[in-house]
Amino acid sequence: MEMRSPLGRVRGLGSTKSGTQHWMIERITAIALVPLSLWFVYSVVALNGANHGEFTAWLGKHGNSALMISFVIALFYHTKLGLEVVVEDYIHAETLKVITLLFIKFAAFLSGLSCILAVLRIAFTG
Amino acid sequence: MAATKRPLSPHLQVYRPQITSMLSILHRMTGVALGIGTFLFTYWLTSAAYGPEAFDRAQAVMGSWFGLLVLFGFTFALFYHLSNGIRHLFWDIGMGYEMTTLRRSGLFVIVFSVALTVATWACIWSRTGGL
Repeated sequence: MEMRSPLGRVRGLGSTKSGTQHWMIERITAIALVPLSLWFVYSVVALNGANHGEFTAWLGKHGNSALMISFVIALFYHTKLGLEVVVEDYIHAETLKVITLLFIKFAAFLSGLSCILAVLRIAFTG
Repeated sequence: MAATKRPLSPHLQVYRPQITSMLSILHRMTGVALGIGTFLFTYWLTSAAYGPEAFDRAQAVMGSWFGLLVLFGFTFALFYHLSNGIRHLFWDIGMGYEMTTLRRSGLFVIVFSVALTVATWACIWSRTGGL
């Protein structure tokens, strides 16, 4: 005999968890990426042909370090959120889906962290 | 649960390709491509933290004909995803759903992203004097 009410049994099991949050942050990072990615492309074009010394001198400047770290955070957060939605839409084999979603989370975190660390190392040690 | 054979709704292949649907899937394709491209970005940026030799090697990889081809592709993917993303943001606030507006904004996105890609590489090549 099931003693729990139908509502009690299903509560927390549906898809309504944090979808709005996921959707919102995808948009917020998208808005942030509009000026940041334009700045990135402009900078890379301007830095074309720069050697290591010139590049690190440019990246070590306070404003450039701050913008690059902002770009990295928005980029990898947006990438993670976007790829998750694509995987959830197209991969229906449960095991493969879970493995791919985990890979996206870990790869985005590690890549993002690695990029931030690289910018900080260059900013602090030149 | 036993799988019941239910009739399926008409799927993608029975519809005529339209600018709206084609641009929609291109948004996802460029997004996935850019997502994979972040590995290249990570490699390039972290190489600078490793030192001059690693950075020179990364620059040489990017500067090879294959590297330039890939970067050219990523430039278009970025500008397309960026401009079509702005189109998406307008939809999110409820604007631009009329069919004529949809087609016009789609066309604008194509022209804009191609023009920005060409302009970016024209800038690069005018600075370096070719490849």
